Amino acid sequence: METMLNVSGLRKSFGGVTATDNVNLEVEQGELHAIIGPNGAGKTTLISQLSGALKPDGGTITFRGTDITNRPAHARARLGITRSFQITSLVMEMSVLDNVALAVQARAGHSFRFLRPARSIVSLRQAGLEMLEQVGLAARADDLTVALSHGEHRQLEIAIALATGAQLMLLDEPMAGLGPQESATMITFLKGLKGQRTILLIEHDMDAVFALADRISVLVYGRIIATGSPDEIRNNDDVRHAYLGEE
Amino acid sequence: MDYTLLFIQTLNGVQLGLLLFLVASGLTLVFGILDFVNLAHGSIYMLGAFICASLTFMTGNFLLAVLIALPITGLVGYLIERFVARNLYDRDHLDHVLATFGLILVLDTSAHLIWGPEGIAVPLPAWLDGRVTLFGDVVVPTYRLLIIGTGLAIAAGLFWLVNYTRLGMLIRAGASNRTMVSALGVDIQTLFALVFALGAMMAGLAGMLISPITEASISMGGEIIITAFVVIIVGGIGSMKGAFVAAIVIGLIDTLGRSFLDDLFKLFMSSDAAETSAPAVSAMLIYIIMAVILALRPQGLFPPKVR
Amino acid sequence: MSGSKTTTRITIVVMVILAILPPVFLWTGNAFYLDLATRLVILAIAAVSLNLILGYGGLVSFGHAAYIGIGAFAVGIPVYHETYGGFDAVASYGGAFHILLAVGISALFALVTGAICLRTKGVYFIMITMAFGQMAYYFFLSIEEYGGDDGLVIDIRSELPRVSLDDPLQLYAIAYVSLVIAMILVRTIVNSRFGMVLQGAKGNNERLVTLGFNTYLYRLAAYVISGAMCGFAGALLGNFTTFISPEMMGWGRSGELMFMVILGGAGTTLGPVLGSATFILLEEVLSSITVFWHLPFGLMLIGVVLFVRGGLMGLFKGKGD
Repeated sequence: METMLNVSGLRKSFGGVTATDNVNLEVEQGELHAIIGPNGAGKTTLISQLSGALKPDGGTITFRGTDITNRPAHARARLGITRSFQITSLVMEMSVLDNVALAVQARAGHSFRFLRPARSIVSLRQAGLEMLEQVGLAARADDLTVALSHGEHRQLEIAIALATGAQLMLLDEPMAGLGPQESATMITFLKGLKGQRTILLIEHDMDAVFALADRISVLVYGRIIATGSPDEIRNNDDVRHAYLGEE
Repeated sequence: MDYTLLFIQTLNGVQLGLLLFLVASGLTLVFGILDFVNLAHGSIYMLGAFICASLTFMTGNFLLAVLIALPITGLVGYLIERFVARNLYDRDHLDHVLATFGLILVLDTSAHLIWGPEGIAVPLPAWLDGRVTLFGDVVVPTYRLLIIGTGLAIAAGLFWLVNYTRLGMLIRAGASNRTMVSALGVDIQTLFALVFALGAMMAGLAGMLISPITEASISMGGEIIITAFVVIIVGGIGSMKGAFVAAIVIGLIDTLGRSFLDDLFKLFMSSDAAETSAPAVSAMLIYIIMAVILALRPQGLFPPKVR
Repeated sequence: MSGSKTTTRITIVVMVILAILPPVFLWTGNAFYLDLATRLVILAIAAVSLNLILGYGGLVSFGHAAYIGIGAFAVGIPVYHETYGGFDAVASYGGAFHILLAVGISALFALVTGAICLRTKGVYFIMITMAFGQMAYYFFLSIEEYGGDDGLVIDIRSELPRVSLDDPLQLYAIAYVSLVIAMILVRTIVNSRFGMVLQGAKGNNERLVTLGFNTYLYRLAAYVISGAMCGFAGALLGNFTTFISPEMMGWGRSGELMFMVILGGAGTTLGPVLGSATFILLEEVLSSITVFWHLPFGLMLIGVVLFVRGGLMGLFKGKGD
């Protein structure tokens, strides 16, 4: 079993504020590794550095043995890393199926293809529809993305992440803003993905975290203060004090 | 190497730079606080020149005309903010650009209607029209020294305003913090109108100062606005310090380039080649410099802090 | 993506009118209207090219008129030297050479300036494209030999096999066919996989990058295609007016092009054509009323920005759907 992601000594500061403070992290293939921590701990900043949206001040990031610290975001995506966003990031003006089909299209290498109308390429549309079926959005395929509810947007984000075929999925609070019913559906869905993909999950929803995670890392003020199995974390005094205890 | 000419052209470059700064500072101020792109800023520069010209003939006194024209130009700025800009703050920058482009047509044609198609030469009072010997062979028109002095004084005044006053703090807080600013109990409408008027006055002042030298003409607005944009792009949109540095640098490069580029070229190419290529290159010089700087630093020299 | 039946019908109707009406004008002795139509169609090609990157790509290029100028000079300069000598390498009356030069130099200019501009976004992008447009303007202005701001007059038009551009009707036919081809080309590009990436990047660039697309390269490609197409329009314009001047490429012209795209309806197939037609007609009507026509025109432009969202095509879509 290979180590999918190896983060070593990662640092990032904004002006006087240290957002990422010497973070070390390993994510094994097939595991669902959750990152939890109080608000402002720097979770999204960490994900942004892993996906390539933000440049770290120091440290290294290795993906399946390849040093990706200086690779731009699109190159990391090509290597097999995908990311979903805490604040929904979709192409609102396009249809639901268009959004997913783009993700499928990305898999095929470059898209400097000018002749065939993209929407008539059956393989893209089929693959896209399959993804939508998996998350339960197939009925909305032709609707404009902007017309969907918030919960459906979160589902679409996951569908897109899946559609890229990426082996490592960085999910930034997929549960954000979801009601109890929708959260339960999402948890079941993510459970189904376990083993097939490697997932690094940032979440606030503790039920979800303890139901899904193989391992948990706790991020406080940009530092990882503990890593371990859900039981270990639950019983860890430092964690209790810094985080769970304050809840 | 004619050092006298070099010094005089350097002085001219600084003068141009300071005038550019006056125009650019208004532009960058309005963008930095209001997040509004005003293409018509050059037209205000032009209107300032014409208003001052008319007043000079009416009052017979150039300096008095400037003093009266300043608040009038500020009023023009306020009216533009009130009737055009205010409706567009919620829109994207493309809409700002298109609307103010239409505004340029309106203002330029209005100027044509009011003052006619010809430019107006603005007479200087005798005491400003003379020359001053600085040292050795170097003789400069007195008026140029006045422009430089005024430019530096305004720059200093703006620096004080931005860094040491409450208004300046609001200016530095930036447009993205509109909610925060109004939470501080500040009337946003008034602040915006004030900033717009201030920017307009500075552009107008620049126009007034240059008009005795180059005469007030309708095309002067279009000519200055692009250079002003180059200045704020190079300096960093929203940064006063950037606008100052970039304006001086561009003023110097443009002036010295036009004067000495052919001499520079003659150092490594034939006289004929130098004389054919130098005018073309010096015309493009500031854009080439802009391209080089942007290739290295797309955000400009002093980009404002991340919002 | 004007897939609705109404927009398709309107598009066809307008293009048919444009095919039939101008020749009719000529035959009924109103050659002036044929001239107007020719200018309309040529500018429409330029607007179609800008629509590709602005309407579909979200890239607000305020320096697009530079390509019209480059294209026009790509005709003017070779003709000038063929007539008067002085630069044998480019001297030529041959239309194929002119077109190649127009498209090639435009593409090159777009590649170099685009590579720099596209590293910026938002307001920066708008201003930088404007600045580069001005740079091209000043460049041509400073060349004494080609007239400076007096411009260049050519006596010979581009020589093409089997057609004579000296015949106004044939010139119109060439322009019209070029417009149709341009519209089909843009429509094909926009609906292709390439176009999906371009449109996606307009809606949400970060999302596309996260998927693995180097959107910078896609945008640059679109920018070059757009510039080349506009250069072709410039070559046609140079042939039409036979008077080629740097004024064709000032930022005022760029602003007018942008207006055509926005007024007609950005991101639609017919929009640029409607925009060009409206602009030309307004210009004609207003200038016959007053010499100060820029004033009401400017007011109209402000009005369009404030009140007309989605342009003219947007109005039609509203009615039909």
